[in-house]
Amino acid sequence: MAYIDYYKVLGLDKSATEAEIKKAYRKLARKYHPDVNPGDTEAEEKFKQVNEANEVLSNPENRKKYDKYGKDWQHADAYEQAEQQRNQYSRSASGGGRAQYSGGFDEGDFSDFFGSMFGGGAGGGFRGGGRQAQFRGQDFNATLELELREVFEKHKRTLTVNGKNIRLTIPAGVENGQTIKIKGYGGPGVSGGPNGDLYLQFIINNNTSFRRDGANLYKTVPLDLYTSILGGELVIETFDSSVKLKVAPETPNGKQVKLKGKGFPVYKKEGQAGDLYITYEVKMPQNLSDKEKELFEELAKLRS
Amino acid sequence: MSTPDYIPVLELCEQYHIEHTFFTELHDKGVLEVVTVSQMRCLHHDSIPVFEKIMRIHNELDINIEGIDVILNLLDKIDKLNRQLVKTQNRLRIYE
Repeated sequence: MAYIDYYKVLGLDKSATEAEIKKAYRKLARKYHPDVNPGDTEAEEKFKQVNEANEVLSNPENRKKYDKYGKDWQHADAYEQAEQQRNQYSRSASGGGRAQYSGGFDEGDFSDFFGSMFGGGAGGGFRGGGRQAQFRGQDFNATLELELREVFEKHKRTLTVNGKNIRLTIPAGVENGQTIKIKGYGGPGVSGGPNGDLYLQFIINNNTSFRRDGANLYKTVPLDLYTSILGGELVIETFDSSVKLKVAPETPNGKQVKLKGKGFPVYKKEGQAGDLYITYEVKMPQNLSDKEKELFEELAKLRS
Repeated sequence: MSTPDYIPVLELCEQYHIEHTFFTELHDKGVLEVVTVSQMRCLHHDSIPVFEKIMRIHNELDINIEGIDVILNLLDKIDKLNRQLVKTQNRLRIYE
């Protein structure tokens, strides 16, 4: 673990009193507590640092070591621990080796607090029965980046979250920003409590020519002036195939046509799909020849 | 006696080392519903995650029940707004 300036984390200087440390810690804990910042990994990280800083600085023994050894304070603790091994068993809460996440609200009640920290996360759970409080494991949050084409069809994927491989079936039609819960793949439960859950958020990148709104797709298709005026046929690429479209004569610029069922699959509704909306963008001919200009002038005269 | 869906308040008091009056207060202030099942005051299993969150906020952040109620309501509101934001952002992509 990289060196952290615990005084800086709590916004204090080295001469801070115990009361100042406690006050700074309480204030920052209220600000960054995971329960009041759900899904905010930055706040979660800050909270861990604040907790760690408090554990070290609120304990006179740890603080003394930290001030004395600075960056190497944890090694210093290990040396001293070896010497005082027998005495350490009665002081588990203040042991330097377990600094991470432990907080330190109550020195004599480390395991319960540890449980509440790890077992809490975003919405814990409870299973009655034992004498000791059972906490559900921490809920994990993860993101999975996929291409729009990948979520057009249901597919399987193996993810590695916290060293654990999870084989997932990703349903077709998953939305960008959508979060799914994978039960039991969060942190381990405490004192026999159930595991937490994994909340997986999908980030769907769209590098296609289609725009998506739920299950509906939108596409702008260029239409030459002559087909727009006289009508004709056009082959259009849909998301997974192509269709031949009849263009009606005198089709105006911006006209929208709906291709029913040619959109994106509807999430968790197998066989159902949204619609594809085609907007025609009439392209004006450029670099007209003299002959073309002449003919357009004739057309203009007919209209005037 | 408890049914699988309900956990007696007394059992929770023992597990979490809290007074039963804490539940009375939570119920009276409308933060958490305590129901009577077989003449015992109980919490529904579904309320346990919220209860644990309340406990953490109360114990770790020193926030009273009224404050917790405000926090839970605001978190609920943030959650709804976040969902709306994602939905709106997705719709906006159509015009990009």
